[in-house]
Amino acid sequence: MAKAVFQLEPLTCPSCIKKIETALNKTAGVDSARVLFNSSKVKTEFDGAQIQAAQVGDVIKNLGYPVLSAKVS
Amino acid sequence: MINILHQHKNHITATSGILIGIAFAASLLGVSALRTPALIIATIIAGVPISVKGCQALRMKAFSIELLVTIAVVGALFIGEYLESAVVTFLFLFGAYLEARTLEKTRSSLKELVDMAPQEAVVIRDEIEMTISIEEVVEGDRAIIRSGGKIPVDGRVVQGQAALNEAAVTGESVPAMKALDDKVFGGTIVDNGYIEIVAEKVGDDTTFAKIIELVEEAQESKSKTEKFLDKFSNFYTPAVVLLAIIVFAVTRELHLAITFLVVACPGALVIGAPVSSVAGIGNGAKNGVLVKGSDVMDRFAKVDTLVFDKTGTLTKGKPEVTDIKTFHHLDSKELLTLAAQAETISEHHLGQTIVKEAKARRVNLDGELKDAEIIKGMGIRAKVAGRTVTVGNRKLMNIENIHITEKALLYAINREKLGNTAIFAAVDGVVAGIFSIADQIREDAPRALAEMRKNGIKKIVMLTGDNKHTAELVASKLGIDECHAELLPEDKVNYVKKLKAYGHVVAMAGDGINDAPAIATADIGLAMGEGGTDVSMETADVVLMADKLVQFSHAYSLSKATIRNMKQNTYFAVAIVFVLLFGVLFGSVHLASGMFIHEASVLLVILNAMRLIRFNRKGRKVEEKSQAAFEGVSV
Repeated sequence: MAKAVFQLEPLTCPSCIKKIETALNKTAGVDSARVLFNSSKVKTEFDGAQIQAAQVGDVIKNLGYPVLSAKVS
Repeated sequence: MINILHQHKNHITATSGILIGIAFAASLLGVSALRTPALIIATIIAGVPISVKGCQALRMKAFSIELLVTIAVVGALFIGEYLESAVVTFLFLFGAYLEARTLEKTRSSLKELVDMAPQEAVVIRDEIEMTISIEEVVEGDRAIIRSGGKIPVDGRVVQGQAALNEAAVTGESVPAMKALDDKVFGGTIVDNGYIEIVAEKVGDDTTFAKIIELVEEAQESKSKTEKFLDKFSNFYTPAVVLLAIIVFAVTRELHLAITFLVVACPGALVIGAPVSSVAGIGNGAKNGVLVKGSDVMDRFAKVDTLVFDKTGTLTKGKPEVTDIKTFHHLDSKELLTLAAQAETISEHHLGQTIVKEAKARRVNLDGELKDAEIIKGMGIRAKVAGRTVTVGNRKLMNIENIHITEKALLYAINREKLGNTAIFAAVDGVVAGIFSIADQIREDAPRALAEMRKNGIKKIVMLTGDNKHTAELVASKLGIDECHAELLPEDKVNYVKKLKAYGHVVAMAGDGINDAPAIATADIGLAMGEGGTDVSMETADVVLMADKLVQFSHAYSLSKATIRNMKQNTYFAVAIVFVLLFGVLFGSVHLASGMFIHEASVLLVILNAMRLIRFNRKGRKVEEKSQAAFEGVSV
C-alpha cells in the first residue's frame, strides 16, 4: 500500500471536499482518500501496482484543483 | 480548459467587473445600445467558470452552490434580467476571491509554523562538510549549526553550546541555553553560538513534524456544532430547492423562485463554525498549546473543576538548593565545594542536587577525594583535600558524634517547616552549614491559577503521592480548595471518577506517564512536564509544549473564546438566512442584493474568526514581565 499527500492551492469551498473525495474513491486502485480542508491537502492510500501517485494527482488536477506538490511514501 | 479557467480566475473576475462598469458608464452617457451586450458578455465570461464547476460537482453527485447559481443565471438571462445576471456572477467570483484571501489569514498561524520547517542541513560525512536537503538527513548524521542557523532534525548536542530560540516548538521566544548532551528540536533556531548535533529523529518522526501533523488533524476534527451544521446543510439544500419549486408553483414567478434558490444558500452557516476553530487551534499552536480539535475546545470550555498532580505539574519536579546557611568560618562557596566534592560519588537525588548546584555555580570539583563512603539512608563521609567532610541528615550527625548547636537545630526546623529538606554539612567534626533543598512551585502557578479562577473555574483540587506535610504546604500557598496526599495512581483515577459523578466537568493535568490513567479518565486531559514526548502527545487532549502553567490558562481562555466565536458566527449566519428568505418572499431583496448580502455575511464570519488569531497576545507579554519579577517560591 503506497501513500501520497498532495498539497493543493488554498481550498475555499467545503463542497470541494466531497467532490475530491468521491472522485478519488471511485478511481480504481485508490484505497482511501481524505481531504484536509484547512491545510488544503489530500491524503491518499493506493495500490502501487494498480495506479501511480502521478495518476492520482492527475485525477485531482482534472477536477480543477492544481497540485502544488506531492509527497509519496 | 479547466486549468486555463482556473489560472485566469482573477482575470475573469476583473474583466467581468470592468464590463459591468462599462455598461453603467454606457447607460449614463446615453449610449444604451452598448449596455445590454456588455452585460451579457460579462455574464457569460463570469458564468462559464461557475457553471463548469457546478457541472463537475454534479458529475460527482455533489450538489453545489455553483449549480444553483448557474440555474439562477440561466433563468435571469431567460427572462431578460441582464444586469442581475451580470452582477450575480461577478459578485460570486469576487466573493470567492475575497474568501480565499481572508481564509488564508485564518489559516496563517499554521502556515507560519509550516514555513518554519527547516529545508536543508549542514552535515559532516566522511569528514567533509556538505549541505544536503532535509529529506536526505538520516539518523546518526552529525549536523553543524552556526549562529542564525536552524536545527535541521531532533538530536543531541555533541559539541559546542548555544542559545536557542525554541519558539517553533514551545511557543517561547526566550532563548534557552543548550550544551553537551542536551536535546534539541528540529525547527528551533540558534540565536548565537555554535553546536554540533547527532541526528536522533528525522523526517516525519521529529517533534516539529508531529506538531504540524497534529494541528492539521485537529483542524479537521469536527465539533458537535459543526457536525450538526453539516447534517443541517445536507438536508437544508434539497429543502430549499423544494421550497423554490413550491414558490414557483404558487406564485408562477420564475424570477422569485430563482432568487429564492440563490440567496438561501447557507454559505456563512457552513463556513462559520469551522473557520473559528481553525483560527483558535492555530492560535494555540503558535503559543505552544496543542489542542486536539474543536470537540476538545468544546469540552474544555465547559470545564469547571481542575485537578492537578503536584510534583512536576504545580512544582518544577526538579529539586533545587534553595539556601546554603553557614555557621562556621567557611563561606557558602567553600562549603559547597567540599560538600559537592564528597557527593560526586553519591547516587542519591539530594546528593546529586548539591553537585548540580556546584556545577551551576562553576565550582571546581577536581580536588583530591579519599576514603569516600556512602552511609545508606543517612548521607556520605569522605576526605576532601585532607579535611573530613560529613554530609547528611541528623541521624548521621548523631552517629558520627557531631554536635548540632541549638542555633543550627532551630534553623533546620524552620527550613523544614517551609517545606525544605535540611542537609547538615560538617567539616572536621563541626557543623559548618546547612543546605536547604526543595522542589519549587512553578513561578507562574499562582498567576495561572488566579487567571483560570477568574475565567470560570470553581474548584481546584490537588492529588499527590507525596507526603501530607509538603502537599498541604503547596496547597495552602496556592490557595487550592482541596488536597489529597499519599495517593496511588488508581486512587487518582477513582477521585476523578467521583468528581465526574457529582456532575463536575473535570480537567486533569499531570505528567504524561504516571498520571496517564487519570488524564485519560478526565473530561480533558493535559500533559505537563513532558512537553513534546510521544506519550504525552498521544494520551492528552491538550499538550503544553513549553511546560508552563500560563499556557494551561491560555488554552482554557482560548477554548472559551473560540466556542464563543463559533456561537456568534452560527447565530449570525442563521439570522442572515432568515433575513434573506423573508426578504425575498416579501419582495424587498432581489437577486443581486441577495447575492451581495450572502457574500458579505460569509466575509463577516471569517473576519470575526480572524480576531481569534490575535487572541491574548498582549496579555501574555504583560504576564512574562511580571513573571520575571516574581521570585521563586520554595516549597
